[in-house]
Amino acid sequence: MTRARDESSPLFAGNAAGTLRLIVYLALAMVLMVLDQRNGWLWRLRYGAAAVVEPVYRLAGLPAVGIHMLSSAFGDRQQLTEQNQRLREDLLLANARLNQMAAVAEQNQRLKQLLDTRRSLRLRVQLARVIGVDLGAYRYRLTLNVGARDGVKSGQPVIDAHGVMGQIREVLPTTSVVMLLTDPAHAIPVVIARSGLRTVAYGSRDGEQLTLPDIPLAADVRVGDQLLTSGVGGRFPPGFPVGEIRTVATAATGMFTVAQARPAADLDRSDEVLLLHDQAEPDGPPALLPPMGPPDDLAPAAGTRPAPSASPATPPGAGSKRPSVPGGATR
Amino acid sequence: MNRQRLGSWLFFGTLVFALLLMLVPLPLVLEPFKPYWPALCLLYWSLESEDRVTLGLAFAVGIGADLLNGVVLGEQALRLCALVFIALRFRSRLRFFPMWQQSLAVLALLLNDRILLLIVRVLAGGSLPPGSWWISPFVGAALWPFLFLLFDDLRARLRIQ
Repeated sequence: MTRARDESSPLFAGNAAGTLRLIVYLALAMVLMVLDQRNGWLWRLRYGAAAVVEPVYRLAGLPAVGIHMLSSAFGDRQQLTEQNQRLREDLLLANARLNQMAAVAEQNQRLKQLLDTRRSLRLRVQLARVIGVDLGAYRYRLTLNVGARDGVKSGQPVIDAHGVMGQIREVLPTTSVVMLLTDPAHAIPVVIARSGLRTVAYGSRDGEQLTLPDIPLAADVRVGDQLLTSGVGGRFPPGFPVGEIRTVATAATGMFTVAQARPAADLDRSDEVLLLHDQAEPDGPPALLPPMGPPDDLAPAAGTRPAPSASPATPPGAGSKRPSVPGGATR
Repeated sequence: MNRQRLGSWLFFGTLVFALLLMLVPLPLVLEPFKPYWPALCLLYWSLESEDRVTLGLAFAVGIGADLLNGVVLGEQALRLCALVFIALRFRSRLRFFPMWQQSLAVLALLLNDRILLLIVRVLAGGSLPPGSWWISPFVGAALWPFLFLLFDDLRARLRIQ
């Protein structure tokens, strides 16, 4: 080799300076990782760099969009007609069910008013589109095209037509990242529709199923049972389909029954998803009632007893704001 | 002068393109086959034009990649630094290997990279990945000769050092 900078790239031996630099960089990377793991810096930094990061996401999502557009542009006529037909039938069926439900919902509303609960069956949702970006975390994340500017907040439940998909994990100004149900770090409180048993469904290692590892041995669980959200914990509203039990077995310890469930939502294929805006009513202790007493106008004239009339006047104002607070308080 | 500028355009262009390719999703079936593009790109440039690629650059590319898709900030910076360091250390030998031997070397480097990633993820409290996770280095090694020839051809056409 007749290179001028031979001593900087020797054929066999390494030089100490390079090793030193490597060690410095590796140490720097490790410090960054630890700091990030502790404090979640990455997301703050990402939020700051959103002007750069988000266009890159859109750019990387373009091929997926292109393929989608091509398939709808060149999809053959018969297929489209078939799809149209199927969608129409689905709509008809759904409308019929909805009409039937409307009466029940109204009845439910009336009964609830009688019981004086505030929970309503109405949904406030926001439509969002999935951006096809591979976030590399073994596929437990989705990127959506709505973000903080559209009023998205961390922790909002995400559903599709078939069931719960997950929850918003991180929010950037115009995109957000969803943590799917199947993430091993995710857990969702569920209830088994048939028996009413309440338990918790965790994501599983292979990322395609849900695991219910701690069902009591005596509990009545069968293959094919439907799982619904139970609303415990207050993050997911109750009554949404979560999945269907596929296998039931006794745990290796022999103490619990372990079940595997398949998610109800189309986690791989969903194009458009719904963000729920109303967080579930917390199941914790009820909000404090405003102190009751005789109405203010029955109170004696202010001149005679000023002190007692001043104190009941303030709590009703605070009490009426109360119901909005516990949603965050149970977290 | 102009050539040089064109050369650095090509250099940074390929790096940015590799980062984009990393983000582009594949159909679910092909997902485990996706090679680690930024590593392959950096490997080529560290073998072919060593004065461009330094550990600092690898670190910067890694931080960029982490910002775009990482789970932890610094993870890919660590992996790419280690990769580029080994490649630069054995550069003089790797360059004169026949292609199949070079592919094997790339395979070893990419496997090492996956092991590093596994260590980082497990230390960060992640779970063990499924078996198909180990396919990607093999795909990367199989693609290496084509990538190498493509880049060489591109450089020869543009007459870039």
